Amino acid sequence: MDRRFVYLDYNATTPLHPEVKAEMIADLELYANASSMHEAGRRARARIEKARSSVARLIGAPDPACVYFTSGGSESNNTVFGTMYDLGRRGRVDEAKSHAGRRQKIITTAIEHPCVLNAARRLADEGFPVVFLGVDAQGRVDFAELERELDPERSRGGPALLVSVMAANNEIGTLEDIPAIARLAKAAGAFVHTDATQAAGKIPIDVESWGVDYLTLSCHKIYGPKGIGALYVRKTAPIEPLIRGGHQEKGVRAGTYNNLGIYGFGKAAELALAELPSYASRVAALRERLRAGIVERIPSVHVNGHPTKVLPNTLNVSFPGAEGEAILLSLDLEGIEVSTGSACASGSLEPSHVLMATGVGPELAHGSIRFSLGRDTTEADIDYVLERLPPIIARLRRMSTVPASLSATT
Amino acid sequence: MSDAFEWLYSDVVKEHFTNPKNVFDPDEKFEADAEGIVGNIKCGDQMMFLLKIENETIKDVRWKTYGCASAIASTSMLSEVIKGLSLREAYGIKPADIARRLGGLPENKIHCSVLGDKALRAAIDSWLEKQGRKGEFKGEDAVVVCTCLNITDKDIEEAVKSGARTWEQLQEATKIGTVCGGCKGRAEELLHEFAHIYGD
Repeated sequence: MDRRFVYLDYNATTPLHPEVKAEMIADLELYANASSMHEAGRRARARIEKARSSVARLIGAPDPACVYFTSGGSESNNTVFGTMYDLGRRGRVDEAKSHAGRRQKIITTAIEHPCVLNAARRLADEGFPVVFLGVDAQGRVDFAELERELDPERSRGGPALLVSVMAANNEIGTLEDIPAIARLAKAAGAFVHTDATQAAGKIPIDVESWGVDYLTLSCHKIYGPKGIGALYVRKTAPIEPLIRGGHQEKGVRAGTYNNLGIYGFGKAAELALAELPSYASRVAALRERLRAGIVERIPSVHVNGHPTKVLPNTLNVSFPGAEGEAILLSLDLEGIEVSTGSACASGSLEPSHVLMATGVGPELAHGSIRFSLGRDTTEADIDYVLERLPPIIARLRRMSTVPASLSATT
Repeated sequence: MSDAFEWLYSDVVKEHFTNPKNVFDPDEKFEADAEGIVGNIKCGDQMMFLLKIENETIKDVRWKTYGCASAIASTSMLSEVIKGLSLREAYGIKPADIARRLGGLPENKIHCSVLGDKALRAAIDSWLEKQGRKGEFKGEDAVVVCTCLNITDKDIEEAVKSGARTWEQLQEATKIGTVCGGCKGRAEELLHEFAHIYGD
C-alpha cells in the first residue's frame, strides 16, 4: 500500500467534527459577554444554555442546570477534589446520621488519570486518608478491596467521603462497573465521582442509572474544541468553586464565558449522542480487525486490558522484546500515529502506571502500544497498519537483547 | 526542554535509527573477543556490546539493544566511531561526543544515549580483566573541572551516585568551587546530567 497518514491517537485528542467546525466558524461573530443584560449578551447566553442542554442530554441528566462548564477534564476533576478538601476540613455531618462527624477518607484507583491521582495525593499531603484501589489483570477495580475500604470496621481512615473511579481507562480502555461501584459507595454514605472523559461519545452514559454525584467530561475527546469541559453535579451534592470571581455558573466557576468553546461543546455533544450507535459498532469492528490482524501476523504479543468490557476504539498491545518508544517512532516514520506506555516516551523513568497496576510487569509495560481509533478511521487505515507494523516489530526484536517470548501470552 | 521528536528527523539521527550500523546479526556468527552488557529491562533499556580486538585495537564491533530510538541512534554512531581506535581511545569517548555528532540530543534523552558508552566500557573492562589488567583504564578518562582543587567529572559522578543533588551538597562532598568558583557553571551542568542518570 502507498504511504498514508493514519491517526490512531484519538484517546489523546480528536480533530474537530466537520459540523462542529462549521458551526464554530459561524459563531465567531458572537462575541458578546454572555453575562451582559443587553440583547447581544442575552443572545450569547441563550446559545450557552442550548449547549448546556445538549451536554446534559449526552449524559442523561434531566436538569441542564446540573452541568457546569469548565476549562476541561483536569479542572472538573480538581473541582471535585477541591470540594472534598473543603468538606473534609470543615467536617460534614452525615445526612443519615449513621456516621455523624467528619468524613475525610478518599477512595480512588491506581489507574486514574494523573489529574485525579495528583489531586488525591494533594489531599493525602493535607492529612486526608487516601486509598488507591488495585485492579485485576484486565484493569477492573477490585470489588473485595472496595467493600473493605468502605467498611470503617475493616479498614483505616473512618467512613468514606468520596469514591472516585474512572468510567473508562484512557490507556487500556477497560470499562469499570460504575453503577455497581456507586451502589456500594452510596450505601456507605460516600459521594461518588466518575471521570467519564474517555467514556463520553464511546459508550452510553446515564448519570441517573449510574447513580453518580459528579461526572467529568472533556470536549476535545469528542471531536470538539480544546480548553472546554464540564462537570455534572447532582442537585443534592455540594460543590465549591475552584476559581473564585464573578457569578458565572452560579458562582461555581468564575470567568467570562468561553462562548465559542461552549457552542462547540454543545454541537459536539449533540453529534456524539446522535452518532453513538453507528460509531460504536463501526469502530468496534475496526478494532477487532486490528486486534485479530496483529495476533495473526506477529508472534508473542500480549493484548492488554479487558477482552469485552472495553472501549470500542481502544486497543493496547505489548510486543515483548521491542521497546515502545522505538516502535512508536518507527510507526511515525510510516505516517502512523500512536502512543506508548514506555518510560522513554514519558519523560520520566517509569513506565505506564496503568499497565504496572494490572501486573503485566515492566517488560510488557515498556513495550506497549496504544492504538485508539476514531470516527475517521477506515479499513484501509487498519490494513496499512497491519502491513507496516510486523516488519517494525521483527526489526526491533532482531536487534534486541530481550527475547520476544518473554512471559507473553496471546 | 527541547522537543524529543524534533531531533529525530535530523537526517543523521534518522539514518542511524532506521538503518543502524554494526547491529548484531544472530546468523552472522560474529566471534567476539570481548562482551559487555549493561542496563536491565526493568528500567526499560539494556545494551550489549561485542568487540573483535587485535593489537589493542578495535577491529570490529557488534551491538544489540532493548532500547528507544535515542539509544539505537547513538549506539549506532558510537559503533562507527570506535572502529579502528585503540582500546584506550575508545574507552575515553564520551556520550557528549556522540550526541554532538548526531547533532545534539534533548536533555531528557541523555540517559538513553549513555547506555552504549557504558556497555562499550564494560566490554573493554572485561577484556582487560581477562588479560590480567583489571581496571587499567579506569580514571584515565577523567576531566578536571575544578582546576583549583583538581576535582574531575568522575569525582562529581561519584558524589551524585552517593546522593548529592544540589550545588551545596556537591560542595560538601567534594569541596568543588570553594576557591575561585569559576567552575560552577560546568559543574552544575554535570551535576544535572548525572542526577538525571542516577536520580531516583
